[in-house]
Amino acid sequence: MSDNTNPTHKPVLLAAKQVAKHFGGVKALRDVSLTIRQGEIYGLIGPNGAGKTTFFNCMTGLYIPDGGGFDFTGTPLVADAPDQAAARGIARTFQNIRLFGNMSALENVMVGRHVRTRAGVIGAMFNSAATRAEEAAIRERAMALLHYVDIAERADDLAKNLSYGEQRRLEIARALATEPKLLCLDEPAAGMNATETGELRELIEGIRGDGTTVLLIEHDVKLVMGLCDRVAVLDYGALVIEDVPAVVQNDQRVIEAYLGA
Amino acid sequence: MSIKNWLLPRSTVGIGLIAIALIALPFALATGGQAWVRIANFAILYVFLALGLNIVVGLAGLLDLGYIAFYAVGAYTWALLASPHFGLHLPVWAILPIGAACACVAGVLLGSPTLKLRGDYLAIVTLGFGEIVRIFMNNLNAPINITNGAQGITLIDPVKIGDFSFAGNSTIFGLTLSGPQKYYFLLVALALLVIVVNLRLQNSRIGRAWQAIREDEIAAKAVGINTRNVKLLAFAMGASFGGIAGGVFAAMQGFVSPESFSLIESVMILAMVVLGGMGHIPGVILGAVLLAILPEALRYGVAPLQQLLFGKVLVDPESLRMLIFGLALVLVMRFKPAGLWPAPERKAHGNPNPEEGRA
Amino acid sequence: MDIFLQQIVNGLVQGSIYALVALGYTMVYGIMGLINFAHGEVVMIGTLTAITVAGSLLAAGMPPALAGLAALIVATLLCMALGWGLERIAYRPLRNAPRLTPLITAIGMSIILQNLAMILWGRNYQTFPPLFPKVNFELAGVHFTAVQVIIVLLSAATMLSLTLLVYRTKLGMAMRATAQNPAVAGLMGVNSNRVISAAFVIGSALAALAGIMVGAYYEIAHYQMGFMLGLKAFTAAVLGGIGNLLGAMAGGILLGLIEALGAGYIGDLTGGFLGSHYQDIFAFMVLIVVLMFRPSGLFGEKTGDRA
Repeated sequence: MSDNTNPTHKPVLLAAKQVAKHFGGVKALRDVSLTIRQGEIYGLIGPNGAGKTTFFNCMTGLYIPDGGGFDFTGTPLVADAPDQAAARGIARTFQNIRLFGNMSALENVMVGRHVRTRAGVIGAMFNSAATRAEEAAIRERAMALLHYVDIAERADDLAKNLSYGEQRRLEIARALATEPKLLCLDEPAAGMNATETGELRELIEGIRGDGTTVLLIEHDVKLVMGLCDRVAVLDYGALVIEDVPAVVQNDQRVIEAYLGA
Repeated sequence: MSIKNWLLPRSTVGIGLIAIALIALPFALATGGQAWVRIANFAILYVFLALGLNIVVGLAGLLDLGYIAFYAVGAYTWALLASPHFGLHLPVWAILPIGAACACVAGVLLGSPTLKLRGDYLAIVTLGFGEIVRIFMNNLNAPINITNGAQGITLIDPVKIGDFSFAGNSTIFGLTLSGPQKYYFLLVALALLVIVVNLRLQNSRIGRAWQAIREDEIAAKAVGINTRNVKLLAFAMGASFGGIAGGVFAAMQGFVSPESFSLIESVMILAMVVLGGMGHIPGVILGAVLLAILPEALRYGVAPLQQLLFGKVLVDPESLRMLIFGLALVLVMRFKPAGLWPAPERKAHGNPNPEEGRA
Repeated sequence: MDIFLQQIVNGLVQGSIYALVALGYTMVYGIMGLINFAHGEVVMIGTLTAITVAGSLLAAGMPPALAGLAALIVATLLCMALGWGLERIAYRPLRNAPRLTPLITAIGMSIILQNLAMILWGRNYQTFPPLFPKVNFELAGVHFTAVQVIIVLLSAATMLSLTLLVYRTKLGMAMRATAQNPAVAGLMGVNSNRVISAAFVIGSALAALAGIMVGAYYEIAHYQMGFMLGLKAFTAAVLGGIGNLLGAMAGGILLGLIEALGAGYIGDLTGGFLGSHYQDIFAFMVLIVVLMFRPSGLFGEKTGDRA
């Protein structure tokens, strides 16, 4: 939609401020600070065990940081409240796909609408007009999202019966159903072949095109460098660099982190 | 949603046949004695309870081994508010909601401190809660006599709507109905109501949230479900159903004592849910009916069968029937691990609003 | 003060028995995540078998010590076979079944064993034969019997040997590995079937021992005795942190003490409002309170959410 080639002048969407997290004696995150601006595709890379997923989990409220915190759209995020993070507009996928296996693909996405809808138990029991209308809207929106990620024909199949690639797409659709301002994808290309990765890339660009900011954790350096507006590199829980891909790629410390580990 | 195919056969003929069967059943059973009508009544009551527990265990995936406590709370609420024990005789439209509310409060009281526990820890805590409730009912006859202890409470009022009492014989449209037969129709009506409510809940925003928690709690949190509140809601809903069932039980029996609310009852209801097909309403109904009828049928069948085979009663019929019952549980689980009638693998959603055309 | 010490002794005895039974629950749970509801019935079968064997041998004129030993051996072997068979026939086919399926099977097996026992031994209470000398000791105003001393010492020795088995032998290492991660343990060459069988067999042997202790202590037994005992022992296992051997032992002893002290003092504590028949409530109340503050039990590992 808008010109995204130079998003550095856009307002800050998420600011991590000296986020620290340790497990026992292991320092998983050492005072990590970074900023994600509205409308950009932001890549977070680093060797295995660098703390990428830990950072994600702190941001989305699954972990309580031991130090520092996050500002989202200018106000602090409450730690330890994943449902509030989702309500504020942060949605995520998981490295090892976490779908609701025994629910249909459509129902999975409908669950994603939970946080943007209201109907309660009483409305459901009496099947009130308001509930019916909301339910129809949820279903319609969920179906549209399945079309968007191109798995509409699997709507009635149980999520656990979908193929790997379809499950990845379904997880993205479910996250999009929460109407996120920031969509966080944890290694979405893991286990994908070149064709599938290409399709994923188009999907992510499309999502950004619709105005959603994307945070991408990825191992596939080629994908990240080609897709992201800015990239941050974590190593041993510390931020090494945060810059545009061209700079990051040629940074000596980054090369060492990847080769020297 | 597949229940549509089962509950609403494509033709109205099917509905008609089911309706006729349901109406004719108490009369057919009565030819074998009112005892059989009572057994049918208990089977329906168990359907009621199993559907209530299904919300907690089947939909939300919370293992509750103390469900009977809520049934007990409902039963004692009715017993205390409609019997000579305190000299209170409140009308049905007042007691049932009070009973449901009391059970609901009990559910929230139990749930709020314990719902963060992992699956099996929750199971043992709920089990303990069930025992605590039973022990209190057993002993709260001193220093102030509230529950009348192990003797229980007798002479409980039957269900009365206006001047129409559900106890004793009465003649309607020239048909003479016995007490159990009248309760049968009341229970069928209530059970249908509970089935409809369950179906609606299952396919609602909250119902989906319950299932999401059952499937993956972390993912459910990540999509913005307040898992604590939503779990509490499942507990409260399940408990309310248990409370209503308990009230009807007290009125139907005219008598309650702590004996009816032992742990084994909780276990039985759980077995109904799992054996039938967890989370799948038709399966749960089937499980409840089967497990309610089987021990009774065996009670009548085991002794004569031994007579027939061996010419005398070799083994104590009571143990033999429970032995067969236990064996049935083990065998069903062995050969149908997901239950007798599990949820289908592919869900049909052709009609965007499955409720339409039912009422 | 005398009452206090007396109740401590009583609690210790009862707690030792709980601990032995709790170990059976916790081993099976730790390795396969199953609440083996039928475990209490194994205890009951152990008690009743011992009564039958010892009773008939005593009647045949055998000295009590020998009769007791024979009863111990027969009951233990029978229970071990029972535990092995339970796992083999009922639980093993359900390894990959939905989570609650084996639980219902366990409940079914519990019903079967109870009614089998009723057919074999009848509905009446059975009296435990006088195997142990009826000697009473008194120390600092506290009375205790030979049976009580034997129970505490024997369970302590048993628990010590079990700990050594689990932490010092190859089988123990295989058990701990399987509990951590069955798949990986399997890849490393651990035969998980054998490990699971071992857990059932060892747990059942402990159950038999506990069964004989209960019989000797209370001097009566009944086909329904296993249920409540099993429930309490399971509570003890959860209290300590299920899956944790040390937790089961500590939980068992603790539960025994809490119950004994609770029964002794509940009247004073509540100004006579609640009597000692509320004893059973204590176990569950304490459990609920402990789990509110330590959701994985006293010694359980903290399980963080892993995304």
